[in-house]
Amino acid sequence: MEKENLNYDKIQIGVWKNFFKYLKPYKKQFAILTLMMIALGILDSIFPLLTKYAIDNFVEKNTIAGIKTFSIVYLAAVIALALTVYLFISKAGELEMQMAYDIRKMGFEKLQLLPLSYYDDKAVGWLMSRMTSDISRLSETISWSLVDLAWGFSMMIAVTIAMVRLNAKLALITLSVVPLIAIVSFYFQKKILQAQRGVRKINSKITAAYNEDIQGAKTTKTLVREEINLEEFQDITTSMRDKSINATIISSIYLPIVLTLGSVGTALALSNGGKSVMLNAISYGTLFAFISYTTQFFEPIRQIAVIFAELQAAQASAERVFSLLNEVPEIIDRDEVVEKYGDLLNPKKENWPDIKGSIEFRNVSFSYKTGETILENFNLKIQPGETIALVGETGSGKSTIVNLFCRFYEPTSGEILIDGINYKDMPQNWIHENLGYVLQSPHLFSGTIKDNIRYGNLNATDEDVIQASKLVDAHDFIMETEKGYEMEVGEGGGLLSTGQKQLISFARAIVRNPRLFVLDEATSSIDTETEKIIQDAINKVLDGRTSFVIAHRLSTIRNADRILVIRDGKIEEMGNHKELIKKKGYYYNLYTNQFIEEKSLDVLSQ
Amino acid sequence: MKNFKKLLEFMEGYKLIYLLGMISILISQMLTTVTPLILSTTVDSIIGEKSISSPIIQSIVNLLGGKELIKERLWIIGLILVFVAVLRGIFLYLKNTLASKAAENTTKKIRDRLYDHIQRLPYEFHVKSETGELIQKCTSDVDTIRRFLAIQLVEVAGSIFMLVFILYVMLTLNIKLTLVSILVLPITFFFSFIFFTKVKKNFEASDEAEARMTTTLQENLTGVRVVKAFSRQEFEVNKFDEKNLDYKNLTYKLIKNLSLYWALSDFLSMVQVGCVIIFGSYLTYKGEISLGILIAFTSYINMIIWPVRQMGRTLTDMGKAFVSLGRIDEILKEPIEVLEENHHEPKIDGNIEFKNVYFEYEKGKPVLKDITFNIKAGQTIAFIGPTGSGKSSLVHLLPRLYEYNQGSIKIDGIELNTIDKAWIRKNVGLVLQEPFLYAKTIKENIRLANPSMKDSRVFDAAKIASIHEDINSFELGYETLVGERGVSLSGGQKQRMAIARTIINNSPIVIFDDSLSAVDTETDISIRKALKERQNKATTFIISHRISTVSEADLILVIDKGKIIQRGTHNSLINEEGLYKRVYNIQNSLDDEVINL
Repeated sequence: MEKENLNYDKIQIGVWKNFFKYLKPYKKQFAILTLMMIALGILDSIFPLLTKYAIDNFVEKNTIAGIKTFSIVYLAAVIALALTVYLFISKAGELEMQMAYDIRKMGFEKLQLLPLSYYDDKAVGWLMSRMTSDISRLSETISWSLVDLAWGFSMMIAVTIAMVRLNAKLALITLSVVPLIAIVSFYFQKKILQAQRGVRKINSKITAAYNEDIQGAKTTKTLVREEINLEEFQDITTSMRDKSINATIISSIYLPIVLTLGSVGTALALSNGGKSVMLNAISYGTLFAFISYTTQFFEPIRQIAVIFAELQAAQASAERVFSLLNEVPEIIDRDEVVEKYGDLLNPKKENWPDIKGSIEFRNVSFSYKTGETILENFNLKIQPGETIALVGETGSGKSTIVNLFCRFYEPTSGEILIDGINYKDMPQNWIHENLGYVLQSPHLFSGTIKDNIRYGNLNATDEDVIQASKLVDAHDFIMETEKGYEMEVGEGGGLLSTGQKQLISFARAIVRNPRLFVLDEATSSIDTETEKIIQDAINKVLDGRTSFVIAHRLSTIRNADRILVIRDGKIEEMGNHKELIKKKGYYYNLYTNQFIEEKSLDVLSQ
Repeated sequence: MKNFKKLLEFMEGYKLIYLLGMISILISQMLTTVTPLILSTTVDSIIGEKSISSPIIQSIVNLLGGKELIKERLWIIGLILVFVAVLRGIFLYLKNTLASKAAENTTKKIRDRLYDHIQRLPYEFHVKSETGELIQKCTSDVDTIRRFLAIQLVEVAGSIFMLVFILYVMLTLNIKLTLVSILVLPITFFFSFIFFTKVKKNFEASDEAEARMTTTLQENLTGVRVVKAFSRQEFEVNKFDEKNLDYKNLTYKLIKNLSLYWALSDFLSMVQVGCVIIFGSYLTYKGEISLGILIAFTSYINMIIWPVRQMGRTLTDMGKAFVSLGRIDEILKEPIEVLEENHHEPKIDGNIEFKNVYFEYEKGKPVLKDITFNIKAGQTIAFIGPTGSGKSSLVHLLPRLYEYNQGSIKIDGIELNTIDKAWIRKNVGLVLQEPFLYAKTIKENIRLANPSMKDSRVFDAAKIASIHEDINSFELGYETLVGERGVSLSGGQKQRMAIARTIINNSPIVIFDDSLSAVDTETDISIRKALKERQNKATTFIISHRISTVSEADLILVIDKGKIIQRGTHNSLINEEGLYKRVYNIQNSLDDEVINL
């Protein structure tokens, strides 16, 4: 957090240089926009001159000859202005949206390519804010700020030229306040932005506090914490109030100062210009134009100051977005592998060999980047069709074995062979295309039940989907819902019960008819009936497939061909259920404890 | 209008400040009309030769030393211009800060009220509530009201004041030119009003598309394992691309509409300015107005165009504030619990008597039926029974999270529902099944009920709850943050944290609502042992499905379908046919069954 804040203080060239790489495709659009903004700046400076013309030619000469032509010219200028405004806003908007779309697309593709280890230490919210608000701010600032900058400068230059041409001396006197306005603007805009940022920060604290208010309400009641809670919350809202008022005060000081400086400009124009009028050195129209310009000058300066302040904030967003885009995946298929078998987004499946299902871990070691070693010299041979149950405490290394098998992680040393082929010689998705995977807490996507089952096999027909559901006994409950397979499951499957979600995730895994299967069994208890259905489903699904099961249910463990008791990254005991029970070792204890729990629950819920 | 009254109620105490803010706008807008008059007088009568028509201006000129003197020293007028600007600046400053003070204080009051109200809503409300919707009301609806007070209302009032003043001055200067000056204005106003009413649809469409895109992204990130395991990267990329493109197109459509709006309203505004210049020139030619007046009119028209244009938009936005007020009021209308009704705070030792207690959540569906039992201070009572049998509901009655419908519960001889809720809850420690931890440090989470407790007490409680060693294994120990920004604790660790934060209060009555379910058997035993060894023994309620956990209780109640079906001690219950014995037998017959598989 602290580090990110430091970066706000300066505009860093390095960050933006990196960014220009990404701007290349929009070069032409930028050029057109810049031209438009210059035109707009010039048009804006023309209107006082038109009024000057009217004063000098109609009012002063006391005639209306030529007023028709004047009207037409004026109208033409107005139409030109309106057209430019229309074009520039729609073009800048187009650029903004195109850029946001492109960067998001790149970011999303990168996210798909990054291995699971990238996600291990990152909260979903952290990634979300990069993909949503950071990209929005970046593309918004780039497309609007840069064009506004062009407008601001071109208008200031055009106005300066007009003033100097009308009367150089008067121009110099009047413009003497401009540097002051600029200094004040830059100083205050930065302060204003900082203050606003402070307010936003507290605002997110308020949201978090309400979240705790609601979700922790039961705890609050049981501990009678209402008063302490409110006091703590009031500290936050008080600081929010004070910071907000402070932010308003800063901007409320800025505006009057700048308006006053502007009036000094007007005063200088009026007193000096007035004298010149009396001496007939300039016309009334010129005096009027000068007075108009003094009020026009302030807006572009303010804009430019705002843009510089915003660019500094956008810089932090830019850094975050680029760090995502420039991330190098830890697991990459070698070039010759990609050439032969395709990559993640363009697989050449026709070249892939079929998988029979024999697996071998050969001297596999794995340690995290932090140096923490999880597995050391792990060896294991599995026959096609064998079911391996992994048993052990949290942190024992069972999940790592599964993650290595799925190639979510790669071994630090040693190799993993599938049908005798080192899996690093094949593309990552080779194994995944042949894998059925059921997670401990099932994750579904928005969409219908059918969409979710078909996620396992995009070519599955309706019959395939129904058959898969029938196999895992999900068909009945699906048909009981009003819309059947067309029922929307809601965000994350929220409209279904946990048990129903589990059954659908089984159907999703089985519809792809995989050779390999990974099952991370759920620990949470569900109602007895669903529990039975799920146990049946597990047995059917694992039948004939090479599978790893991180097992919690006794029936699953018992039915496995081999049980591996894992402790501290090593195989402590191995064998089938009967063998291990006879040993009366770790497995025996684990099993009996579990047995009591399950049986007691069984009896209690009859 | 009912909502408007609500708003005034929230503003109580800050109405005067807000009113002063409004007066400041009034003055500052009055002052804006002065500058063009100074310009026009200077051009016509100081530089020019015309006589001054307004007696007020004439007397000001006389006060400053007369026309001739000023003509020699034009800087005097410059000074006046700057003086007016400074004066106006002061009132602008006052307007902003006063309005902000009133608005921010009002907002704070609403926020605090909502926060407090929510935490005091009955337990039942929180069992059913939807977090997302409530948070939405507390944050964005409150902000809508804040913006209404701090920005929109002030802005609209300012625009109206300005319009009125300028119209008045213009009318005194020249009626014909005034009429021409406001020819296009109504069109500009209605155009922007209608436009922003219509374009609402586009805004909504863009917001919805963004929400769809965000959902897709979120589901992809939370389901990253599924995506990778099923090798669906390509599919996901296409799915996201569709949403991304949709959002881009709909937002672009909105921007395109907006660009049309800005172009057209720029056109209308500039045409209005043009009308003033051209018709004004004509009037000067006719001799009906002077050059100074023409200059004044062009200044005025430039001043009022922007506010008129903006007003259409602001007015369409302002309606939202009242909708938000209504939505917030919905929360505040929910009746809350009164924690201290009769200030009845008797000393509590922990003797408890249930007599024919009935309880139902919904009318006609009793959850507890005819519950009767007695327990003395310091004793332990255990409940065992199927899920949904009413055990949890029973223990929730003690801290008065729910009120019993019939019968009587007496604590040390005093009827429970006459004792203040706050008082009884301080004396009944309830360890919830699914504990909630705050985004605070571990230490703060343990001494949640009393932040001033000594560290040594925190450590003791953690030791009893068998969590002390876990905590010390974290890098920052007791200062470790819990939650998203800190460590995530396992289910068992959370339960032990919840035990620690409950027993630290030394309440005479403690309830464990199946709160050892995620803790392994050995830890379970050591926690119960440590609890027994505590000096001040509390009356203890235990709900569990583990025979070993309940077996040592002084009284065991077997509950099924809201009724007590068996009661006794472990020894008496294992000699009696029934649920308890069946559960117990599983343990004894275990060896045979295991081997016979």
